[in-house]
Amino acid sequence: MANTDKNSYTIIFAVVMVLVVGSLLAFTASSLKPAITENERFEKQQNILYAMGINENVEGAVNFIPTDKVEAEFSKYIKEQLVIQNGKISKDTAAYLIDLKGQLAEDKEDRKLPLFIGEKEGESYYIIPLYGKGLWDAIWGFVSLDKNFVVQGVYFDHKGETPGLGANIKERYFMDDFTGEEIMSGTQFEGISVAKGNNDPLNDRKDDGKVDALAGATITGNGVTAMINSTVKLYIPYLKDLKI
Amino acid sequence: MALLSKKDRGLLLDPLADNNPITIQVLGICSALAITAQLKASIVMGLSVVFVLAMGNVVISLMRNIIPSKIRIIVQLVVVAALVIIVDQVLKAFAYELSKTLSVFVGLIITNCIIMGRFEAFALGNKPWRSFLDGIGNAAGYALILIIVGFFRELLGSGTLLGFKVLGDPITKTGLYAIGYENNGFMLLSPMALIVVGIIIWIQRSRNSALIEEN
Repeated sequence: MANTDKNSYTIIFAVVMVLVVGSLLAFTASSLKPAITENERFEKQQNILYAMGINENVEGAVNFIPTDKVEAEFSKYIKEQLVIQNGKISKDTAAYLIDLKGQLAEDKEDRKLPLFIGEKEGESYYIIPLYGKGLWDAIWGFVSLDKNFVVQGVYFDHKGETPGLGANIKERYFMDDFTGEEIMSGTQFEGISVAKGNNDPLNDRKDDGKVDALAGATITGNGVTAMINSTVKLYIPYLKDLKI
Repeated sequence: MALLSKKDRGLLLDPLADNNPITIQVLGICSALAITAQLKASIVMGLSVVFVLAMGNVVISLMRNIIPSKIRIIVQLVVVAALVIIVDQVLKAFAYELSKTLSVFVGLIITNCIIMGRFEAFALGNKPWRSFLDGIGNAAGYALILIIVGFFRELLGSGTLLGFKVLGDPITKTGLYAIGYENNGFMLLSPMALIVVGIIIWIQRSRNSALIEEN
């Protein structure tokens, strides 16, 4: 048996171990990749439909359209998928797969902004993807607007916000508050802010552009405000032209 | 169970009751509180820990004579981290929604004290087969408590088991709800998990006074 206390042995052991473990993990990750990508695709469709109110919500809990039905429902309700690039609007049936994070990092001319037009019970909706920063990591979501720029629903998700605090942005009681808020004040873009102490905990005032913040999640809340305002703002000039 | 000697049987069965990692050694409490609001999440978390601990114990035990003692803990961490990432990827591929519910907690299996504890205390000094039994036993003891806690929290908190409405429908007021029963929302919060674990510890120690420590 080799002397396991020698420095050279320790280093060789560490190197071999890292190589073996690294290749094992690389193999696992690449062989499971197709299944994971497929799941992520369904999740995006579920999130987009959720934001325009197509879901199976019961009593306070978030319930998406089941995975086996989501593809059919998505093509039923989402009438058009558009891509806005450098002032031009074009159709693209794979627009929902565009990664907004990567696009926001691009130069203004190269940036591709996906936009979805949904139709439910004769009403049309614009569904805008969102991406921003929370306290610890990325937050993202979708917001749906009707033709008067009134929010019809939102969906938020996060990568690593604090469980029980910032992570509650994906709870019904937070997301439902956004419905009915107006993002424009007159013709001016105002956005929606997550506000503390606006004396409106039940969110009765819908025209003030404010929703009640989550206790203990100030920075996540500010992140949501910034995410909505910065992303939706990019779309406003085009929404005015589109006139669904 | 003629397959196993008396000693091996002890390795497998002791952690289920008289040497349970959660109720006796009070290890792995964090995840027991966090993910037990639903029975399904408890079961999957339990199974994941069974896999990680059994495999990890075997791997560490096989390498026990060649692991350099200076980087022993790092080697253990690499083994458990690799296994956890495999579990995480498999869940993402085949149980995506569940993997979102378990979110960070699957990653936190790495820091579950039961796992490092068994590697260090058992696998480093025992043969692979016995380490395997020890891993299965301890993880099953952990999973058992998780499932008991998850059962009561989901039943009393949401009125469901594995998502099925076993007590009737709270909105249309059928079953138990027809006679005025209400779900206890407090059961869904973590403090109630601690209280349920406390009750299990109490019952266990009142049945077997040998488990009570002398102060």
